[in-house]
Amino acid sequence: MALKRKSKQFKWHHKHLLGLRELSAEEITYILDTAKGFEQISTRSVKKAPPLRGRVVVNLFFEDSTRTRNSFALAANRLSADIIEFTKKSSSVSKGETLLDTARNLEAMGIDIVVIRHSAGGAPKFLSRNINACVINAGDGFCEHPTQGLLDVYTIRKIKGTLEGLKVGIVGDIAHSRVARSDMWAMTKLGAEVTFVGPPTLMPSRADELPVKISYSLDEVIEKVDVINMLRIQFERLGGNPFPSIREYSHYFGLTVERMKRAKPDILVMHPGPINRGLEMESEVADGRNSVILEQVTNGLAVRMAVLFLVNQAAATANR
Amino acid sequence: MKIILNSEQIQQILKDLTARIIAETPRELDIATIGIRSRGEILAQRLSGRLSQHLGKDVPCGTLDITLYRDDLNSPRGTVQPQVRTTEIGFDIGDKIIILVDDVLYTGRSARAAMDALIDLGRPRAIKLAVLVDRVGREFPIQADYAGYTSDAAPGKLVQVFLSESDGKEEVVIE
Repeated sequence: MALKRKSKQFKWHHKHLLGLRELSAEEITYILDTAKGFEQISTRSVKKAPPLRGRVVVNLFFEDSTRTRNSFALAANRLSADIIEFTKKSSSVSKGETLLDTARNLEAMGIDIVVIRHSAGGAPKFLSRNINACVINAGDGFCEHPTQGLLDVYTIRKIKGTLEGLKVGIVGDIAHSRVARSDMWAMTKLGAEVTFVGPPTLMPSRADELPVKISYSLDEVIEKVDVINMLRIQFERLGGNPFPSIREYSHYFGLTVERMKRAKPDILVMHPGPINRGLEMESEVADGRNSVILEQVTNGLAVRMAVLFLVNQAAATANR
Repeated sequence: MKIILNSEQIQQILKDLTARIIAETPRELDIATIGIRSRGEILAQRLSGRLSQHLGKDVPCGTLDITLYRDDLNSPRGTVQPQVRTTEIGFDIGDKIIILVDDVLYTGRSARAAMDALIDLGRPRAIKLAVLVDRVGREFPIQADYAGYTSDAAPGKLVQVFLSESDGKEEVVIE
């Protein structure tokens, strides 16, 4: 193996994945290209490969999650890592242990990679500065959810070939959405034009400073976009009364069969899950021929395998 | 730099390897070639073409990326950081004679990784190793079944294979 040609090779050097904002288009593309090589592991006879053999991954989830947590667990398993599941309810956090103490204790057991979800924005970054293990952000506050952003652009690229020149609408509760932010960074860096769509009450403050267009009307946007990503209304995060009623929200911002009739015939319908059927979109649309919602889940596995592989490689090859 | 094989010699080797594979493989068995990225991929395609022609039946060809099976991934003394590419094998390898193809067999580590990668895809009837250059310096107990040219290049040297499809020229050199 020492024989390979000395070509100018791209080297991945981030041992943490904290967000997509700080990554270049080249780095994002490298993750997506790497993920391609992991797709086939899930379809073959032995659904496992050995690159993380002997490594320990901890799923450190301070917020509820099924999809992301299971996806990371399965990704780690398919790469032959050992995985420790840590949830807030069944841990010493409920006894008052701090984030740093929890992480340091896990590290003392010899873990190599921490996958963290936390309600406080910046928690993954804080952790990365204080422990030696690799840190992967699985969602922090309203900041970022980088692997979701990556799997979204991976799914679009796989079907459309490129993000360059595409128009993407992201609809719903933008203010409380880390998915919207990670999508925005990844999509705009790869050359797409992103429009945030929702009622003014669910737009982030200072949205005009972001590299996106803003619209308060789904009807205006639906005809123009190549991809529409319908965010979940996160009742658990919504304080006050951001919209008068669920029916009214659905009337103006729900993806209905009626609205789909005015969309481009090859529009991709996405949703980060879990869906509130009948609220963000009608069931016929969620299960319709333009929906790639389940492909997103499948692709998420390949993307997370790639991310686990790359951060570990960055740590292992730091001195090469 | 010394040229050890020119274009004509490479063609002759592929012709000889094809003849030997055909002579040693019972006609009733299914055969397929699988090349190790990246020069092995090209050689496997050429061998598959020649074998298909001589046998009068389709000899499928696939490409194997061995990155995830390398033994130096987590070693501080490994080479450069390898890039993961796709494995593309569009047929069932089960019960087939698999001709595993690489450009140079040297330490044997790539061949070991390739065998591990292959058996995660299914259970072939047999795996045979075919290489253009068999270079002295094995670190694993692995030998080629079909080798074109034997090189005793000194350990510090680099044996490089250039093929027209990827490099625009056809030769093997020692640097």
